[in-house]
Amino acid sequence: MRAASCETVVLGQQEVAENIMKMRVSWVDEEHAPHAGQFFMLRGWADDEAPFLSRPISLHSFDAQQESLEFLYQVKGEGTEKLSQLEEGDVIRVTGPMGNGFDVQALTAEYKKIAVVGGGIGTAPLYQLCRELAAAGAKPDLFCGFREEVYEMEPYRALCGLVKVSTDTGAVGFHGFVTDLFDAADYDVVVVCGPDIMMKNVAEKCAAAHTKCFVSLEKKMACGIGACLGCTCHTAGGAKSVCKNGPVFDAAEIYGGEVQA
Amino acid sequence: MSDLRVKLCGVEMAGPVVAASGTFGFGGEYADICDLSCLGGISGKGLTLHGQPGNQGERLWETPAGLINSIGLQNPGVQHFIDVELPEMKKLGTTVWANLGGHSIEEYVQGAEMLSASDVDIIELNISCPNVKAGGMAYGVKAESASEVVSKVRSVCTKPLIVKLSPQAEDMVAMCKAVEAAGADGISLINTLQACAIDIEKRRPVFNNIFAGLSGPAVRPVALRMVWQAVGAVNIPVVGLGGIATGRDAIEFIMAGAAAVQVGAASFTDPAACQRVTEEIEIWMDEHNVKTLEEIRGCARV
Repeated sequence: MRAASCETVVLGQQEVAENIMKMRVSWVDEEHAPHAGQFFMLRGWADDEAPFLSRPISLHSFDAQQESLEFLYQVKGEGTEKLSQLEEGDVIRVTGPMGNGFDVQALTAEYKKIAVVGGGIGTAPLYQLCRELAAAGAKPDLFCGFREEVYEMEPYRALCGLVKVSTDTGAVGFHGFVTDLFDAADYDVVVVCGPDIMMKNVAEKCAAAHTKCFVSLEKKMACGIGACLGCTCHTAGGAKSVCKNGPVFDAAEIYGGEVQA
Repeated sequence: MSDLRVKLCGVEMAGPVVAASGTFGFGGEYADICDLSCLGGISGKGLTLHGQPGNQGERLWETPAGLINSIGLQNPGVQHFIDVELPEMKKLGTTVWANLGGHSIEEYVQGAEMLSASDVDIIELNISCPNVKAGGMAYGVKAESASEVVSKVRSVCTKPLIVKLSPQAEDMVAMCKAVEAAGADGISLINTLQACAIDIEKRRPVFNNIFAGLSGPAVRPVALRMVWQAVGAVNIPVVGLGGIATGRDAIEFIMAGAAAVQVGAASFTDPAACQRVTEEIEIWMDEHNVKTLEEIRGCARV
């Protein structure tokens, strides 16, 4: 792993939906350019301030030209609440990029028909993924489920084939689950990030259809770097660190089914 | 320019700050972020003879100024460490401490034998892990139990042997004296404090084991008190740890008489904490015209 830890500057932040924030921070470190599916440990407060731990937030987009990282995150607890209060010019400690991320080269080399599936704030890492897939010449179909309010879907339209949305309440798009928006058998690979139960359902549908599936997991983390073993998940292949061995895993490793090399 | 070098149990160290076991992996994870060459050493993730997958359920819980963990000694086992992790650790340019836990005296002895035949610089005997049932801390509460395991390990251990103590020791002074008499070359303390948290929404303990280990600045004053007691009790070097997050914190421990310090949970708030603490100690020494750590070690004791 190649990661850096530095104090950098918030370039801007806005609320894009209720409790959903989009924050841009400066990242001039060319040596540590991130790719889709990786995450950063963010700390917008002093070492001796609560909360004790920094917060792992996945990369929403990386702009090499503008030298900036963009994070889309949900305000959920003390840490994300503090992050949400940061304004342009505020200093933030950013450590990363962390984790394996999505292997876009392998995805585009090995699979033709790609579905990208997101649930709620689990859509956050999918934008950079679709950008990289599009840059590699692929045109994935995108299926996203939300509870009620739908956010940040517009930018995908230029990158994806289909863009379909479902909501639990029926407020926007299809009234129901994201798993009802697509047939796994129509795809060679499905990449999913969302609530655990949703990923499990998608993984099971994929397993039944013999469609390859990758999931991106979320876990509470202390170090984010593979040192503390706080985010271990017990997989078919033994104990793995979500932060270092993941967050992207073969779904079969996590939810059962046949693990392919 | 101040001189931060420390000679601990015969081992030359570049500085007084050692990365604490369980917070720094096997060191390689931090190599890109933290200048490891200025460190006194790295104490690797706690090992057990056969390795183990660690605990199920919640492993981390934040507290005011600290963190409760229930990792449960997840580790690859001593042989795997010697074959795979140790050669990489030896390339990091600092001393390598193997932290060894166990479920029985036989396991401790066998692990210590294997590590003695390896390239590790120091063996840190962990008789203080609160997160494993019938292991580790079982030997760290009663002085007689500690004495037995340390003397058995001593009889096979050819490396400098530092015994890591638990704050759960019944009588800290008696514990330190017992460990010294059993042949330890040094003592490190404190391991985490046994703690508890309850998830009030689930109406259940947060951790499957109910109790888990508290570390971070919250425990520092307690740790400092115990280090003070340990220094007063024995004639072997004492390595102080528990919530050290700044150079000033480290200097407190050194003024209490600690030969060296370890930085643990602070690496989670600042991944370069070990380096920063070292630099902050150096800055303080320069500002106060202190040339060597000898000049201030134990100076607060009256």
